[in-house]
Amino acid sequence: MGKDEDSKFLIITGNQALALGAKLCRVQVISAYPITPQSPVTETLSHYVESGQLKAEYVNVESEHSALSVCIGASTAGARAFTATSANGLAYMCEVIHWAAGARLPIVMGCVNRAMAAPWNVLNDQQDSMSQRDAGWIQIFCRNNQEVLDTAIQAFKIAETVYAPVMVCYDGYLLSHTVMPVEAPTQEQVDAFLPPYRPHTILDPENPKNINQVTLANPRLDERGVMCHGYMELRFLLEEALESARDTIVAVGKEYEEAFGRSCGGMLWEYRAEDAEVILVAAGSLASEASMAVDALRETGIAAGVVGVRVYRPFPKEELREALRDARLVLVFDKSLSYGNEGPICTDLKAALYGSESMPPVQGHIAGLGGRDIKAREIEAATRKALQNLEAGITTKPTEWLNCHI
Amino acid sequence: MGTRECGHTGAMSSPTKGEAGLTGQWRTSRPVVDHEKCTASKAGKTVCMQCWTYCPEAVIPKQVPIEIDMDYCKGCGICEEVCPAHAITMEAE
Repeated sequence: MGKDEDSKFLIITGNQALALGAKLCRVQVISAYPITPQSPVTETLSHYVESGQLKAEYVNVESEHSALSVCIGASTAGARAFTATSANGLAYMCEVIHWAAGARLPIVMGCVNRAMAAPWNVLNDQQDSMSQRDAGWIQIFCRNNQEVLDTAIQAFKIAETVYAPVMVCYDGYLLSHTVMPVEAPTQEQVDAFLPPYRPHTILDPENPKNINQVTLANPRLDERGVMCHGYMELRFLLEEALESARDTIVAVGKEYEEAFGRSCGGMLWEYRAEDAEVILVAAGSLASEASMAVDALRETGIAAGVVGVRVYRPFPKEELREALRDARLVLVFDKSLSYGNEGPICTDLKAALYGSESMPPVQGHIAGLGGRDIKAREIEAATRKALQNLEAGITTKPTEWLNCHI
Repeated sequence: MGTRECGHTGAMSSPTKGEAGLTGQWRTSRPVVDHEKCTASKAGKTVCMQCWTYCPEAVIPKQVPIEIDMDYCKGCGICEEVCPAHAITMEAE
């Protein structure tokens, strides 16, 4: 392992871990607008810049739409750009979230997961980033503050390899405001891991270009007589980039493990899942909570395990098919909802299993909306209930709402 | 041969004449110049030139007599609007 003697343990929050990760990546332009629970990210980064610890432009803006727009301009011009937001701020960015992906800009954004209004709620669920899942961003969920730091560093390498933006998602308050021990790599280690950013298109005043000009339905010849992409070809390339990101994410994760001695998993992470008959699926810190439920279930003789969705986009279809191959029952815990249907992870997981050799019954749960606490014993009870249903021959039940007192 | 050959990652074009295709095909009405009325034509030099100044597509060259490039004129009618001599009339295509 390439662990450096100089790396140090810090006791920091998830927000501080993200800001430190961005600093270690030598981000050149930061533009962000404060919103709970993301605010300490912006405060920490502006302190780094103001105190001279980080040589970067910190651009103050009047909104999240402008914050991401500044990052789009900076990234186009060849600067490594970073922003962070939560909930309504993310929704306010919506138009330019699509733009950043369509323009193939490797921006990294922290999404400190928070519930969407109305009503106002500053606490955690994952409705904000889930509502942006179809924009063409890579979305990676973190389990703890160490993963926030490690994922931030990996995110730039992934983004700058496939030319797609990456959202580093972590749960508001549960991680953003909770201190944990975090091992910080040295600047030299990160410099060796992450080469300087090179944009896919170099802007050159001697050879001016229209970038992302109106591009209509059909391909057309350019001034040299070369057939250029129409809108649909460019969107195909974006999809190709997201699909290819699976291999990149796994490769970057392995490279990171070799360099720093730590792994966040690849597309998924697993806990006691190898021989499990009952698999619990969730994303973010909830997946950690499910690990405790699994320990309790194992003590009573139930072979349970956790499969955590680390990367939500691109969706780990093949990986889930493989991980759930021998499961007798799958429980999905979503901290968000596609209203009028079910939890988005549940939908995607079922679609991934369609046509696979083993199609275990899948029980969806909605949990933890707007900061509603989720205890390990509640996950454990939900698992026992689903198992009882299975024993009784009931394999298709409507989505269960965990700990909802209606 | 597909568009992959162009080698672009995103949408881009060079700011050159015709880079957006034959935009004159979008036209529903065309500007017709009456050189008997045109100030520049009458003076025999590049005076007035309001049409050249205001044309958003730069399809009117600064020359006498003016000659509108109909391959790229979209037929917006701004030249008719700004011509102080009323020498330009929009006619249906």
